[in-house]
Amino acid sequence: MNNSYLKPGSIIVTREKLSPDRDALQVKVKVKNLSFFYGTQQALFDNNLEIFENCVTAIIGPSGCGKSTHIRVYNRIYEMYRGHLATGEVWMDGQNILDPGQDLIQLRKKVGMIFQKPTPFPLSVFENVAYGLRLHYRMSQGELSERVEEALKQAALWDEVKDKLDESGLALSGGQQQRLCIARAIAIKPELLLMDEPTSAIDPVATAKIEELVDTLKKNYTIVIVTHNMQQAARISDFTVFFYEGRIIEFGETQQIFTNPREKQTEDYITGRFG
Amino acid sequence: MLSLRNSRWQRRTDFIFRILTVLCASVIAFVLVLIIYELFVNSGPSFKKFGLRFLVSSIWNPVTGEFGALSSIFGTIVSTIIAMALAVPLAIVTALFLTELVSPAISKLVGIGIELLAAVPSIIYGMWGLFVFAPFMSNHIQPALARWFGFLPLFSGPPMGIGMLTAGIILALMVVPFICAVTRDVFLMVPSVIKESAFGMGATTWEVTSKVTIRYGLQGIIGACFLGLGRAIGETMAVTFVIGNDHNISASLFSAGNSIASTLANEFSEASDPLYLSSLVELGLTLFLITIVIQSLAWVWLRRMKRKMRVTL
Amino acid sequence: MKDRSLFIRHSVNFGIKVISSLSAVLTLFMLGWILYVVASRGLGAFHLDFFLKLPTPPGVPGGGIANAIIGTALITLLATLIGVPVGILAGIYLAEYGLDSRASNAVRFLANILMGTPSIIIGVFVYTILVMRMGNFSGYAGAIALGIIILPVVARTTEDMLRLVPNSMRESALALGAPRWKVILGIVFRSAKAGLVTGVLLAIARVSGETAPLLFTALNSPYWVKSLNEPVANLTVTIFNYAMSPYADWKEKAWGASLLIMFGVLVVSILARWFFREKRV
Repeated sequence: MNNSYLKPGSIIVTREKLSPDRDALQVKVKVKNLSFFYGTQQALFDNNLEIFENCVTAIIGPSGCGKSTHIRVYNRIYEMYRGHLATGEVWMDGQNILDPGQDLIQLRKKVGMIFQKPTPFPLSVFENVAYGLRLHYRMSQGELSERVEEALKQAALWDEVKDKLDESGLALSGGQQQRLCIARAIAIKPELLLMDEPTSAIDPVATAKIEELVDTLKKNYTIVIVTHNMQQAARISDFTVFFYEGRIIEFGETQQIFTNPREKQTEDYITGRFG
Repeated sequence: MLSLRNSRWQRRTDFIFRILTVLCASVIAFVLVLIIYELFVNSGPSFKKFGLRFLVSSIWNPVTGEFGALSSIFGTIVSTIIAMALAVPLAIVTALFLTELVSPAISKLVGIGIELLAAVPSIIYGMWGLFVFAPFMSNHIQPALARWFGFLPLFSGPPMGIGMLTAGIILALMVVPFICAVTRDVFLMVPSVIKESAFGMGATTWEVTSKVTIRYGLQGIIGACFLGLGRAIGETMAVTFVIGNDHNISASLFSAGNSIASTLANEFSEASDPLYLSSLVELGLTLFLITIVIQSLAWVWLRRMKRKMRVTL
Repeated sequence: MKDRSLFIRHSVNFGIKVISSLSAVLTLFMLGWILYVVASRGLGAFHLDFFLKLPTPPGVPGGGIANAIIGTALITLLATLIGVPVGILAGIYLAEYGLDSRASNAVRFLANILMGTPSIIIGVFVYTILVMRMGNFSGYAGAIALGIIILPVVARTTEDMLRLVPNSMRESALALGAPRWKVILGIVFRSAKAGLVTGVLLAIARVSGETAPLLFTALNSPYWVKSLNEPVANLTVTIFNYAMSPYADWKEKAWGASLLIMFGVLVVSILARWFFREKRV
């Protein structure tokens, strides 16, 4: 099925896309009335959302509208800072992860995060990927090597680094570093992968590689990707969420959002009238 | 005509000023060279008489004119080891407190307190050490150590209070603020994203600190330790008050001893004959050479770290 | 492959947090202990005579350390006059003229070494080069020893502060036709003033509390300071002598002098840092 809709100002969606059958999908994350405060300043207003399993959900919107803030609630990384507060409920696997009783280590084992700027640790390539494995598991060196190799292969980095495992992770190129961070995250086999503008600091060739990667990874992982590149969202995601000033304006299948948005604000953003 | 004179005057005054600054900068080099020269020359008599035996003999007898540096070197090294063994973990863990565990306001307040510790003159540490801390050691800490660990030769002997252990502890107290301040700065320099990545993988605060943060700033911390080491080795007044001025070598930490600096402080003014004096100067030369080596190592290390940082950024 | 126990990981984490807090408290406690001891034992010595009278003969109670106060002030002042200008000029060289040349890097390295030299070695050095040659202990020798200690410290802080001034400021002044030295002493100094003053104050505070360099240079004296070419009374060596003596009265005076020195050094250090924080734009 070749879906290319030509409408003035619309994004051309030319990939072969199988419209996801909504009824067969499981909900991985259910967000209920989520609000977020940086001290006294409110950044998220009553977000309600469903993230579907083994799908790629893209979050788009102009800068500073709360996209990153939103996904950073999913692994409660904001707890590192004073005065940051989330209210509401976020349900994952039958548990409200915002509950104070939620063990953060368990949560972060299930939720991986990739940042805009690649963040390799000052360790060797091997040790970078092994970091999470060493944290959570006691493994023999053989098992460890296997898991590291598997993760690097899944991240499409193995061939490039297999002879360089002992070199510093910082010695890799930008695109390689980002894939290293992906390998590191997926080594512990999380269920949910959060990607916060993972390709905005990387060259186009590496970006294409990472986008291919996302497509492969979604078979095993649920992926939420924040991006300000609408073409990227249209290319790789199954669902898209449009954020504006801390509120979710619209949420739906990517095809529908980009070709037939319900809300005027969504359409204005997509056609480039602002942002 | 006027502007020509002005520019010549300008160049001349600039030249004179520049020469002046160069001269002052070279004073530093000149003084250092002079120190080395004087120390060598004045160690002459002692060096001629004892040669290299000086470094390995533990006899120190002003009466018979037999001098050996071993007990002083031993005391310097042991008190410094104790100091560093206590100070480094304490400083790192206190820096952790300052950066991860409390609000910036409390951190600033506690930080000021730690800076004040660094500003206290060493003779004050000596006074407090001799009259207050040593008795405390001898009445409470040392008996407890003797009871629990007395089977070890380290903790044998009478709990006198003054001695190697007390000196080491006071030295640690003097070195901690310095290492802590640098470690804190190093911790603060780790980019938030790196820490977020580490926490995001499901690590506890200590796991992030020990496996990522410290490694990120390891070279800066080691540099600080080097410099703290240099300070501990040359520290005089605090050690002189509490180490006991005993030229014997003992396996017990409770026993008195001496360090190169304390021997100099205690005996230099009493040195009557030239051999005694030159032995003391040779002691001083030994200490000086040790600190030069440590400073040089620290310098090389820090430069390598700066170069590495430039590559990774 | 086994799971690493969550309980152990949380416990270790909690344990370290407790240890960290305890060590911070311990450090502060030690500071408080020292301050308290010096203050409580030193205040007992504080009466008018302490500040105004000469020491009495050993064993005779009464008298004061007025000469030591004056002596420390004079020696520190002289040391400042010797070390600070030379240090500032050396720092100017490092920051303005020799940015990355081999010569300036060598000077930086040597300044570091000089800074890390134990102060007692400096005392021994000045003894061999001055006291032995001149045949007498003197306040001049003590001042020179302290000056040598101040020199690299001031040079380094001067360099650091001057480096903070952006080059654009230098360039605009030079472009107006000002000679280099006027640019440095006028414009660059003015913007780095707070830092420079702080650096100098901290160096002076540090040096006024030094004992070891004075032990065999200025020595000590029970008389008024008549000439700097003889042993000069000073607070720190007085503390050393009195503390080691068997007289209770002298020991009390040692505490008094300790309180005086500690108070002075801490107040100057705090003021200098506060001054720096306030004035930095």
